[in-house]
Amino acid sequence: MIQEHAPIYTVKEIALNIFQLSFLSPSISLGALPGQFVNVRVEDSAVPLLRRPFSISSVDGEIVSIIFNVIGLGTKLLSQKKPGETLDVLGPLGKGIFPFDDEEYRTALLIAGGLGVAAFPFLISRLPSSKEVVSFLGARSSSYVVRHGLKNVRIATDDGSEGFTGTVVELMKMFLKENPVDRPRIFSCGPMPMMRALAELSLEKNIPCYVALECEMACGIGLCQGCPVETVNAGKKYNLVCKDGPVFEIRNVKF
Amino acid sequence: MNESFVLRDVRFNNRIFVASGTFGYGDEVAELVELDRLGGIMTKSLSLKPRDGNPPPRITETASGMLNSIGLANIGVHKFIEAKIPALENLACAVIANIAASTVEEYCDVLELLDPYKRVDGFEINVSCPNVKEGGLSFGTDRTKVALITKELRKRTRKPLIIKLTPNVTHISEFARAAEAEGADAVSVINTLIGMAVNIHTKKPRLSTVTGGLSGPAIKPVALAKVFEVYKSVKIPVFGIGGIATWEDAVEFFLVGASAVQVGTKNFVNPASAIEISKGVAEYCVHHSIDNVSQLVGSLNADTGVSVIQSWL
Repeated sequence: MIQEHAPIYTVKEIALNIFQLSFLSPSISLGALPGQFVNVRVEDSAVPLLRRPFSISSVDGEIVSIIFNVIGLGTKLLSQKKPGETLDVLGPLGKGIFPFDDEEYRTALLIAGGLGVAAFPFLISRLPSSKEVVSFLGARSSSYVVRHGLKNVRIATDDGSEGFTGTVVELMKMFLKENPVDRPRIFSCGPMPMMRALAELSLEKNIPCYVALECEMACGIGLCQGCPVETVNAGKKYNLVCKDGPVFEIRNVKF
Repeated sequence: MNESFVLRDVRFNNRIFVASGTFGYGDEVAELVELDRLGGIMTKSLSLKPRDGNPPPRITETASGMLNSIGLANIGVHKFIEAKIPALENLACAVIANIAASTVEEYCDVLELLDPYKRVDGFEINVSCPNVKEGGLSFGTDRTKVALITKELRKRTRKPLIIKLTPNVTHISEFARAAEAEGADAVSVINTLIGMAVNIHTKKPRLSTVTGGLSGPAIKPVALAKVFEVYKSVKIPVFGIGGIATWEDAVEFFLVGASAVQVGTKNFVNPASAIEISKGVAEYCVHHSIDNVSQLVGSLNADTGVSVIQSWL
């Protein structure tokens, strides 16, 4: 984990109101693992005060990128950054990562709702070439679909403007019914209702499933204790999303 | 230039500390921060048994600040002794154990367990947590309880005993005087202010416990006035706390009467901020030909008698 002022490389809108920002960081790019995140100081200011956590979306040489939706002041300011400016970044953070390089599975089923997709380009880039990949993306409509960096993409939209009309978990369920899958493992990230549905599906189909959780955070390194997630681990009611996660086995999480 | 600060037999490196609950137990950030540039670390509040803390959501950002409702989540005093004290052994700054409890006996038990350890340089007593129903504010808003807790703990230690007060009372100075009368070596002023935030789309409070504790730059003017009030009321030193984010903020607290300061919420944004603040204060003193930081303490250039606060002291 390091804290540094990294030079910004590019900032671009890649879908409606969705931006990708990349910065140069030899040390973060060297140390990062799929599922980890960075905690970004938008401005040296009292408003916004706290850092903003973002999944590491891709690592290309020494260039690290994040993807974000413009929601509030912090992300708005971030979207207005210019190449050449610096960004105060703390990372790579998180001990819970996507288990991606073992021999226990052969097919990586990636499933994301909305910007839950952010962590997947990095994960895909690190998967051993022996793995099959199928990516399932859910979005409100086609203008919000971010397919950048993904492989073998299947899309579900709420309004039917692209792909399957319905939820992304329903789409995956249909896929699993119609296609034989060799030793699958699910990697996921998305909003709560999707996670609940996925927890049920993975249990029913007995497929190991890992989830990257999102949570409002202050420090991102365990100091504030502000991002608990209730888990079924014995002896300890809560784990911290920032330090123990952000990736957990879905069956250990109480939704 | 003399930056040191003394309480009882303990000489602190300087007058810049990190506030309880904002720096873990001190070992987590060693790789990011030169801890020997700190006066000391106030540990996360320790209770007799480990505490899970409150359900999520526990934090939310507000204008120039944040609300928290952690609920004293901590590993418990036994685990602290077993796992943290050895890890802190070689730290070049003081370690002050912050204690939280729901009964007077529990405060005493935790203090007695920690007192024999040389690595524990002193105690800060949390009678001011706004996020738990038992202990915390129910003690901190009752002068007789603050007096009783101070008295019982004083009997049990010769190390520095600091009482951390809540601003959620009418006159904080009365509580500082109660602590002083029972032998406290210092008071910490202030803990967080009770606050609230609501999501208008869901109509739900933004914290699971509905209300929480407000901290950050938003509370600095309130904290300064509380430190001023307490400084005017007691002779023991005051640790100034509340929204300190820069060295200029720290100097303001010294001027109104803080003998030392604690950096809190800013640690979440920049874990090295207390170090940067200690350097800034030292440079300010050199620039103003001040050879001991103590000369700043209470050196406000004003007729303070005109303040409304003077009328209730």
